[in-house]
Amino acid sequence: MMTIEELHTNPAYQDALVDLLYQLADDDFIVAYRGSEWLGLAPHIEEDVAFSSISQDTMGHATMLYELLESIGEGDANALAHARKADERKNAILLEMVNGSGTYLQEPKYDWAFAVVRHYCYTLAKTIKMKSLQQSSFEPLAQLAVKINMELHYHLLHWKTWFTQLMKIPGESQERMVAAWDRVMKDMKGVLALGSYEEDLVKYNVMTNETQLMHSWMQEMQSLISNYHLPIEVRLKMNSGNGRLGEHSKDLEDALNTLSSVYRIDPTAAW
Amino acid sequence: MANMVSFDRLSEEEKHARFMERIAAGEKIEADDWMPEEYRVALIKLISMHGISEIMGALPEKEWVPKAPTLRRKLGIMAKVQDEMGHGQLLLRVAEDLMKPYGKNREDIMQDLFSGDLKFHNVFHMPAPTWGDAGLIGWLVDGAAIITQTNMLHASYGPYARALQRICAEEVFHAQHGEAIIMALTEGTQEQRAMVQDAFNRWWESLLMFFGPAQASTTGSSKQDVTIKYNIRTKTNEELRQDFFSKYIPRALSIGLQLPDSTMHFDEESKMWVYQQPDWNKFKQIIKNNGPKSKERLRLRQLSYHNNEWVREALSPMNKVV
Repeated sequence: MMTIEELHTNPAYQDALVDLLYQLADDDFIVAYRGSEWLGLAPHIEEDVAFSSISQDTMGHATMLYELLESIGEGDANALAHARKADERKNAILLEMVNGSGTYLQEPKYDWAFAVVRHYCYTLAKTIKMKSLQQSSFEPLAQLAVKINMELHYHLLHWKTWFTQLMKIPGESQERMVAAWDRVMKDMKGVLALGSYEEDLVKYNVMTNETQLMHSWMQEMQSLISNYHLPIEVRLKMNSGNGRLGEHSKDLEDALNTLSSVYRIDPTAAW
Repeated sequence: MANMVSFDRLSEEEKHARFMERIAAGEKIEADDWMPEEYRVALIKLISMHGISEIMGALPEKEWVPKAPTLRRKLGIMAKVQDEMGHGQLLLRVAEDLMKPYGKNREDIMQDLFSGDLKFHNVFHMPAPTWGDAGLIGWLVDGAAIITQTNMLHASYGPYARALQRICAEEVFHAQHGEAIIMALTEGTQEQRAMVQDAFNRWWESLLMFFGPAQASTTGSSKQDVTIKYNIRTKTNEELRQDFFSKYIPRALSIGLQLPDSTMHFDEESKMWVYQQPDWNKFKQIIKNNGPKSKERLRLRQLSYHNNEWVREALSPMNKVV
């Protein structure tokens, strides 16, 4: 097992680990933001309560991961979350995409089908990653994964219920869900991608490889599709670019401007 | 059973007298109990307005959820706004039970909101343009809400009183969350301190209006007489406003804020705060959805209602998937 104190003894291990932690933290940070934009706009009040609870948990996971990066010596967690530029971010492009047209304050025309499909697909991927990370050679991350997994169980159940229900109902519901599914598939591979340090991550037993992650994800999804007789196929692609390598869309820049607007007034002030 | 039969045989006046005896004795009225029409109507109006205000109240803070300046503040405000939505849900369920005999449900509540028949609280029609406003809403708007709501903790209507127990407990955290933001800002840079004073000035009039006019004659109507008569609340609007002043004016002064009303003072003889009245005509306009942000916030709810129509349709009982 590797600890924070011992990390300096293996720079290659540390580089790979840090890259992975940025991926995990940035994914949660941006997807929690996209979730929080839905506040007050969900299909009904009960869902507003549930969805905002999930976004809050997810922002909590991002916080713990940025704090872990801070303890490794990457700098202040708040700066990591708010001050890094878009091209320094490692989140998957699928997670930064806008919820729909308009902004969260002006004329939001958000697509609930896209929200359900994106959040279900992401939560399933995160669950599989956290399962693998519970065996990680980096002890603090293995402990964090156990903690995160407890909440993820409920997130997954929540999104799975929406996903299967709306996907099954013929007519507009199914049409919208299938269209959202096709859109998500175009970039879902980017969520399961592990970036440039995959080899070292596997070599040092930090986590499993990309092929295994994709295999587990597809297997889970395939069994859901057959059990519920859903009219969709799994075709993982990465059309918009690889966020793990710092490739991003303008959507991320706009999101970061919003997320850091107060922080930037005075990054040295206590807020 | 024998009691129920005999109660049914009573005349309306006798039922009313029995009802008044029950609430005078401090008994709780439950959803299925007999209650005077006036009581039911007052409760529906009060609780549906309270519930929808919690929900509309999430909108001014919504802007600041992603913009909160640190990870901890982001988590804090996310938790707070989620609580508010939860209060809204809890209260609408209480209102729905009361509306059942009229064949009405949540759909009617939403339609009444859109048509302007169901009003939401004056404070939620106002702009919240800075992070200082986000802090001030938590500190003083939630602080004011605690004062009005603790006044109803022993309300004669059991389901409302029980909902308020939980709501007030959470509101205390919200006020602490707001106070923590305000304290950090007042201990911060000049720009941060200015942000708090600016927000305080902006919210002053709305905070005075929060408790409603002292007399019904000011705005033409007030439900305070009916709610006091039926032991739903105990204090008048003015008593609540005075309680608010007594609690918060010393605190505001102690953190270096200047009162926006320079004439305000505590009169030792009458033991009352003397202050300049807000413009109650403006108040009437605000709650008629003519406030600075009324239309924009209603538009957000209407848009989401419209955009999600297909989801409600899909979830209707006819489409139930096992």
